[in-house]
Amino acid sequence: MAVILNANSLSYSYQPNQPVLCNVSLSVDTNTIMYLLGHNGCGKTTLLEVLSGLRAPQQGDVWLNGSSVYKLPSHRRAQRIGLVPQMHTPIFAYTVRDVVLMGRTPYLRLFGTPGREDHEIVDEAIEAVGLISQRSRSYTELSGGEQRLTLIARGLAQQTDVLLLDEPTAHLDPRNQRLVLEKVAQLAEQKVAFVISSHNPNSALLYAHQIAVMKAGQIVARGTPADVLTEETLSMSYDMPVEVIYNQEQVARAVMPRRIDTSNGGGLLSLP
Amino acid sequence: MRLIRAFNRRVKLYTRCSAQQRQTWLYRLVLLLPIPLAIYALGVGRYPISVEDVVRALYDYVFSRHDPNFQPDVVYNLITRIRLPRIVAAMLIGSSLAVTGAAFQGIFRNPLVDSNILGVTSGAGFGAALLLLLNANMLYVQISAFIFGLLAVMIAYFVSRLYYSAPLLVLTLVGILVGSFFSSLTSMLKYLADPLDTLPAITYWLMGGLNDVTSRDIPALLVVTSAGLVFMWGVRWRLNVLSLGDSEASALGLNPTRLKLLVIIFSTMMTALAVSVGGVIGWVGLVIPHAARTLIGPDHQRLIPASIALGAVFLLSIDTLSRTLWANEVPLGVFTGIVGVPLLLLILRVNKTGWR
Repeated sequence: MAVILNANSLSYSYQPNQPVLCNVSLSVDTNTIMYLLGHNGCGKTTLLEVLSGLRAPQQGDVWLNGSSVYKLPSHRRAQRIGLVPQMHTPIFAYTVRDVVLMGRTPYLRLFGTPGREDHEIVDEAIEAVGLISQRSRSYTELSGGEQRLTLIARGLAQQTDVLLLDEPTAHLDPRNQRLVLEKVAQLAEQKVAFVISSHNPNSALLYAHQIAVMKAGQIVARGTPADVLTEETLSMSYDMPVEVIYNQEQVARAVMPRRIDTSNGGGLLSLP
Repeated sequence: MRLIRAFNRRVKLYTRCSAQQRQTWLYRLVLLLPIPLAIYALGVGRYPISVEDVVRALYDYVFSRHDPNFQPDVVYNLITRIRLPRIVAAMLIGSSLAVTGAAFQGIFRNPLVDSNILGVTSGAGFGAALLLLLNANMLYVQISAFIFGLLAVMIAYFVSRLYYSAPLLVLTLVGILVGSFFSSLTSMLKYLADPLDTLPAITYWLMGGLNDVTSRDIPALLVVTSAGLVFMWGVRWRLNVLSLGDSEASALGLNPTRLKLLVIIFSTMMTALAVSVGGVIGWVGLVIPHAARTLIGPDHQRLIPASIALGAVFLLSIDTLSRTLWANEVPLGVFTGIVGVPLLLLILRVNKTGWR
């Protein structure tokens, strides 16, 4: 598989001497889903913003198909890499179609407005996420899952090679989580590479091709789910005891936190 | 009670047909509205003139082929020299205030702001009051109002640049501060003014009005306002994207800081000029974008042209009412408030969409 996105020893800090990212390197292949796992504040969102070219790192570079993300003009950059934010709080009640149409912005001139071709691409993107019947509804009336799918459709309308999703399943119930991630898995088979930040190792178990585990601004483990989702790595990364449950074929099926038994001097509660 | 129930029934009927169809028809209607209204307004006044005469005079004026044998000079001059400048000014100022309000609500992501938020009106008011106090010529009063309007926004902008975090929030805050500073200075000038001579002049000027508008005011107003309207119309799509917030706009390939600065520069020029010609006219920038959003939806591709048209219609209607209702004119700035507030309440009653 061809490498599409390559990040070399990225370092980033908001304030001097307080690095948020420290020497982070990773590469993403075409048609894959890469998961970023890690505790709150470990730098996942910052890493996505740096990868997308929104923030230039103090050190290191991000290569997208052979060209540096930071040297591209902003509209060219947005034609090749898209960032789908965690939460979108619209101030005006745009329709689903309006929101997705905004994904066409990088292809428009300064005084331009979307034309017929843009509308066709947008309809395809809305169809791809299965929201075609909702396209005239106001974004604010949608369910949480449909809102995320709308934003993913906007990313698709951007027609990029890579889409970065910042916690696409946060605040969603299991059914909506599955709805969003199944769509992402289907889309990854077609053309787009996804980088997804998440707090849910179980969905990484189900959907990731590659996983990078972060801790305090560094990548502490990287590889396939089988390599990375181990009790040792996860316990170290989250700073707490984690249990991985395997099936009879020794394939990991679930990741569970373990409770501390207070009655037993702080030992671990054993699972039934 | 029965009236309210009948009104509610109308609202229900109106909301039942397909939202998109309704918005498209309303949009076309809104864009067409200014022209017949302007022709009507040219005809009404203390000396009523028929529509036919108005059209003939306009035609002759445009092709400069006035012939006193076909139309008396009095009628022609009344239309083209007295009423036309005032009506053109009312429409341009209304459009300016409304479209800059719509643009500011978009870029500040706040439906409660208009282009006065950065202090341009208070600055212009001070500039005008200062020269009125000195009994200066009206032309200098206008120039001073324009310059102080720009100055107020420049102060707000450069002071806010001293802070790096949350630039938009700081800019709004500093804008409000600069605005109240200039309002206080204006109050100071009023306190110092001669209560029999300059104080009434300042007070009336601040209430706004178009009774002093002559054809001399039109060229500058026409050039600056047209440039501003063309710019706003041009960036109508980008205003949609800017209203998502900075980080999303840059993820979609825009440079939000530069684009917002351009919007602020154009809006400030337009507002400062509008205030220097018409005095302080409130409410248009706040109410008209809301009305437009209620009628045709939040998409700036339609909202910007609709605000331009509705702003012109609103201010022209108010100005026509203020010069025809009573023998003495009601100051425009007062009348827009008296009509604007009930209108906003009505909009809030009908409108349940458009913003969050």
